[in-house]
This record gives sequence, structure tokens and C-alpha cells, in this order.
Amino acid sequence: MNKIFLIIKREYITRVRKRSFIVMTILGPILMAALFIVPAYLALKQEEKRVITVVDETGRFAGKFEDSDKYKFQVMQTDLESAKKILKQSEGFALLYIPKPKQSVPSNAIVYADKQLSINLEEYIKNVMAREIEKIKLSYELRSALLAANPSYEPGGDTTSEDLMSEKILKNIKSEIKLTTIQVEENGAEKKSFTGASMIIGSVAGIMIYMFIFLFGVQVMRGVIEEKTSRIVEVIISSVKPFQLMMGKIVGVAMVGLTQFILWIVFTAAIIFTVQLSFPDKFKMPDQQQVSLKANTSLNTTQDTQLKNDPENSNDQYNSFYEALSSIDYPTMIASFLFYFLFGYLLYSALFALVGSAVDNETDSQQFMLPVTIPLIFSIVMMQAIIMNPNGPLAFWLSMIPLTSPVIMMIRIPFGVPWPQIVLSAVLLIGGFLGATWLAARIYRTGILMYGKKVDYRELWKWIRYKG
Amino acid sequence: MAILTANKVTKRFGDFTALNSISLEVPEQSIFGLLGPNGAGKTTLIRIINQITGPDEGEILFNNQKLKQNHVEIIGYLPEERGLYKKMGVGEQALYLAQLKGLSRHDAMTRLKKWFEKFEIEDWWGKKVEELSKGMQQKVQFIVTVVHEPRLLIFDEPFSGFDPINVNLLRDEILELRSNGATIIFSTHNMASVEELCDDIVLINKANKILDGKVKDIRWQHFTNTYQVNYRNYENNIAELLAPGFELLESSYADDTHSVKIRLPKGTGSGELLNAILPHMSIASFAEVIPSMNDIFITEVNAVSANSILES
Repeated sequence: MNKIFLIIKREYITRVRKRSFIVMTILGPILMAALFIVPAYLALKQEEKRVITVVDETGRFAGKFEDSDKYKFQVMQTDLESAKKILKQSEGFALLYIPKPKQSVPSNAIVYADKQLSINLEEYIKNVMAREIEKIKLSYELRSALLAANPSYEPGGDTTSEDLMSEKILKNIKSEIKLTTIQVEENGAEKKSFTGASMIIGSVAGIMIYMFIFLFGVQVMRGVIEEKTSRIVEVIISSVKPFQLMMGKIVGVAMVGLTQFILWIVFTAAIIFTVQLSFPDKFKMPDQQQVSLKANTSLNTTQDTQLKNDPENSNDQYNSFYEALSSIDYPTMIASFLFYFLFGYLLYSALFALVGSAVDNETDSQQFMLPVTIPLIFSIVMMQAIIMNPNGPLAFWLSMIPLTSPVIMMIRIPFGVPWPQIVLSAVLLIGGFLGATWLAARIYRTGILMYGKKVDYRELWKWIRYKG
Repeated sequence: MAILTANKVTKRFGDFTALNSISLEVPEQSIFGLLGPNGAGKTTLIRIINQITGPDEGEILFNNQKLKQNHVEIIGYLPEERGLYKKMGVGEQALYLAQLKGLSRHDAMTRLKKWFEKFEIEDWWGKKVEELSKGMQQKVQFIVTVVHEPRLLIFDEPFSGFDPINVNLLRDEILELRSNGATIIFSTHNMASVEELCDDIVLINKANKILDGKVKDIRWQHFTNTYQVNYRNYENNIAELLAPGFELLESSYADDTHSVKIRLPKGTGSGELLNAILPHMSIASFAEVIPSMNDIFITEVNAVSANSILES
């Protein structure tokens, strides 16, 4: 046991001292921090409020648009042409034109702007209008219903009781409507942005697992080939068992990977923290309590509705990005990332060690690399499909098969995966790791001592059956 | 007293038999030659002794104990295909390999320092292996093989890659190791060094043991009653002086001296040869021709091949 520790130590120290490790350790956090800081920085740049001129021929929407941190809605009582002219002269941001409807209810609006509007702004405008139109339609229906029931009923003036009633009804029935919408369409503006965050986190985690497995798995293979070509392997296995040498290398490299990962997290956090300290007002994190509440009830309908009716939130792009990031259950994410990285890596690096032991140099490794890397690459190719349907049968099965589960499960977890599935997948992965290690050990102990032999799969099969 | 005993050791790789029921005994504090042509199974036997691989049948005893994992700490092995981590420092690497043989870091350090001083290579300690020449690397490799003071040393072609000066240095080290109590298994194709160094040998060919014993005995067993005579002052054919049954094998002439090899019939001795030729010439030298290990090796291996051709 003491000797395997010596091997792990050597593998670890020689790798951690390498220049490439140091460069990666420094570069990684800078890139990751940039991922957090750049959107914030961009948000900062458009600090002054943008004015959106509203020309409302119906007269029903003016005043319904609420200003936010970034946008200011200004109602203008002119016709479209002169408003356009003013827009050009004043270098305003955009002009929202709501024409008088041909039928009874307004149903379209036109935005004139130099640049593309942000999706959030578009969604917000659509939302406000839709809500207003619903109200109009409802009060119209109410009025005709009341008239039908009581022909002598007299509709009121501007703020009719029907309008008030419909507003009240809408408010009360809102949640029920929303419930069906969520299930049928799976979205609502706010929900969508949360799905977006899950998508991003899921893909990033999946790609990182893929990269880590590849990066460090190949390091194991290179290490085995190095020992073989430098012929030191026979000296070493006269002191330790081949299995100890193989596992020592695999574990040593795993520690290197974990060290790098932990350093990345620490450095990234440090960079973000420093930047936040230097510009305290610019990086307002959303209120912690609110965030955790949202995170816990992101599927809860009432909560969703409330969010949706909160224009400030849905309007502020930067805030919602942060919020979405904060809505992820990080302890579960990090714990499962570490688990799937570790065991995914252990499974694959055993196979990579197998490949390394069977060949004489790296160029020969191609033919055996292919079957090992195909499941990994396949996982990445399937990523899009998994994100589209994170709980479908394809996603389920791929997250159970040990060769694909590390990447696929990491993509799925931000979307929420039932615990039994995670446990089953984890058990299968551990089983896969044990199986791969057994197989690798049998080929490894023969392979590392074979030189100058053209090895094919038949030969490997023979090695598996050799007695110790 | 045998330090290492092999009892009917057999090893197969699939259909191929690498060792077929090999038995041998390595006496303590001796140099034991493990000989055989390429592919005979020597390396497989060495790997079994080093527990790199296990025998299919039979067993290896170390001091009458069945071979155990902790025996690797009292065995030192210098494989034929040897190497070091190229990118690793010399001292660091030597320390690592010594610790793998069970030395504590502190012990390994003191002993390595001593060896580096002895070989006058202290200033290599901090260098990377790839900066050393091949001969220098071999020296480092030799040190890491012996640094844990093993009771049994296995050298596979130890002299390859060394210049004559270093071969001498190494030979002296090997002899000193033996006089300090170590037993050495020595595998080589260099028969001159076998004659010079080995006390006992075993000859393996095609997985089978074909010869074993003390070098001295083996050579005497192969003595064919042949004598070498160098003489002057006789210009006639020497064969005319010989009785029937005596056979002239070789003759040559250089610097006024004739040189001949004569095989005597069974039951006759050097006296009868001398009596026949002494009156006619002045004899410069007279000696028994004891076959060299080289000759024995070739004869024995070829005999086996001839047999196997006959059998098939």
C-alpha cells in the first residue's frame, strides 16, 4: 500500500510541476471569470436609460408600460410620421407604434428601431399588450353577457365596472391558466430564461466532463506509453505489481485533475470577488432570500406568475442572467460533477491505460483509441437532443450506460433528475469502472512487456485469457 | 546451500510453451550463469523469479520458502531492456526507485550518496536523465539495481552499452557484491565472461533445460581427449609419427613454430602422445584442449536442434 502511495506521489508531483499544468491553472479561471464578468460589463456599458417612444392610436396601452433600470417608456400624442421624424432627430432608441385596429380588438404593434431589440424587451412589450388585450376581450364578453341577461343594463363610462371586474377575474384565474400553459408549452417568459440557464450550465458541465476525461485520460495513456518506450516499466514492476503501477498512475493523474479543478474554482471565485469589490455598486447580486425562494419553487405556478408580473425582473437582462445562474442547485451540481468526473475519468483512464499498454508508440494508438473515444464523442454529439428533451428515453438510457453517463447525466442534472435515477446511474458507473479496471489490468500486465509486436483485437483477447 | 530453487517450472502463453518443467538450484554466494539462445525462455524465467509473472506449474523457492511479494525487496533486477524516466532528475529518480524497493527515504538517500561518490558521479544528481549519455545512464541504472543491498541479483546482459573501462569497473563491482555475500544470476550471450565469472550455469534451449552444473565440470565433461602441441625443428608430416586411432585435427605454421591439435583415442593419455613425438622435435608447449563455453554452447544447442529435426 505504501508503494502505491509512492507511485501516486511521483505521478502527481511530476505533473503538477509541468509548465503546461501551471499555464492551464492560470488560464482556466481567467476564462471562467470572463464568462461571469463580461455580461456584467456589457450591461454596465448601457447604463443610461433608453427611451422608447410609444405612439398608441388605440389609447389603451399608454401608461401600462412601466419603466425599468434600462428603459423608459414615453407616450407621445402625435401621428406616426412625425413621431418617426422626432425619433431620427432626437437619436432616440426605439418607437413603438400601436395602430388602431381594423377589428374591435388591437392585435399588432410595430417597433421602429436602429438595432435589434433584446428578447427580454420584446417579451415584455408583448406581455403587457397581451394582458391588456385579454382584459379588453373579457370586459367585452362580460358586457354582452350582462346585456343578454338584463337588456336594460347600461354599460358604464371609461372605467366601467366591467373593466374592473375583468381585471379582478383575470387576476384570480391567472394562476389556473398559467398552470395549463406551463404544462402544454413548457414555457412562459420567465420560465424560459431559467431553462436557458439550465441549458447553459448543463452543456458547460457536460463539455467540461468531456474535456477533463479526454485531457487526463490521454495523460494516463501517454504515461503508460512513456514507461513502455523508455523501458523503465520492467524495472518498476520488479518492485511493484503491474496493477499497482497502473492504479497509481490513474489515481495520481486523477489527483492532478482534481487539484486543477479546485484551483480553478478558487481562483475564479477570487477573481470575481475582487472585481465585485472594486466595483461594488455595479454588481448587485439579486437578493439572496428571494433567489433561494425562486430556486425552490421554480416549478411552482403561483410563484412563476408572480415573477412574470414583476416587470423589473423580466426586464433587467443582467439581473435575470444572474438570477438564473443562482437558481441552479450548486451543491448538487458540484457534488455530482465531482462524482461523474471522478468515476467517468476512472472508467475511461483504465481504458486509456489499456490502449497505452497495447501499443509501442502514440501513433499506433489510433486504432484502439477510436472505440474508446466514440462513446465520449457520441455523448457530445447527442448533447443538443438531450437538452431538447432532458427527460426523454434517449436521455434516460444514455445517462444509465456507464460509457455515456458521465457527460449525459451532467447535462441532465440542471434540469432536475429524480434521485433514484441518479443513484442507479451512479451504481452502474461504479460497476462499469470496476469492470473496465479488471479488463484493463489483464491486458496491461501483458501489454507493457510486449515490444515490436503488431497487436490486434485477437491478440488482446488472448492476453485477457492468460493466467497471471 | 541453494538460495533459489526452481521446481519443474512451466509457463505457457496460449499454445506457446515458454518454459517446460525447468528445475534448477542457485547456490548461495555464487555467480550463476543463465544461458541460452534468443527466445529460449530465459527472460520468462527471470520474470517469474521477479514475480512479474507467475508460473503455470511448479514453484520457485527462495531460501526454501515459497516466493512471496515481499521477496522483491531482497532481489535486485537489471533487465536487458532497461531505461529510466527521461524527464526526471537523476537523484530524484534513484530515490524513487530505491523507495519502491522498500528503503526508507532517509536510508535510500545515505546509500545513494555513497554509491554516487564511489562512481564519482555526484554532480549528476540534479541533472535530468536525458542529459546523460547512454553509458552514464547505465551506471545510474546499476546503482538503483544494487542500492537496496539485495541478497539475490539478476543481471540480464549487464555489460551491454559499456566501454571496456566501465566493463572492468562493473565486473569488479559484481565480484565484490558476491564476496559481500550476494548471489548473482547472470544472463548473457558473452561466453568469455561466463568462463571468467560464473561458478555454475544452466543452459536453456527452446523452453527446456539442456545442460547444467559447475562451469569447471561441464568443460571437463566436454573434454574430448584433445591436445594442442606447438613444436619446432621437425619438417615432416607429424601424422606419420602417430599410432592408428590418433587423429590430427588442425595444423598450422607460423614464426618457425608448428601448431597442431591431436585427438587421442579413448583409453590413451598424454604420455603416449608425448612418447611418440618427443624424440623427433623440440616441443614449445603442450596443453589439454578444454572446450570453451562458446563451443559447448554451440554444440549443445545445435545437437538439440538436430534432434528436433530428426524427431519431426
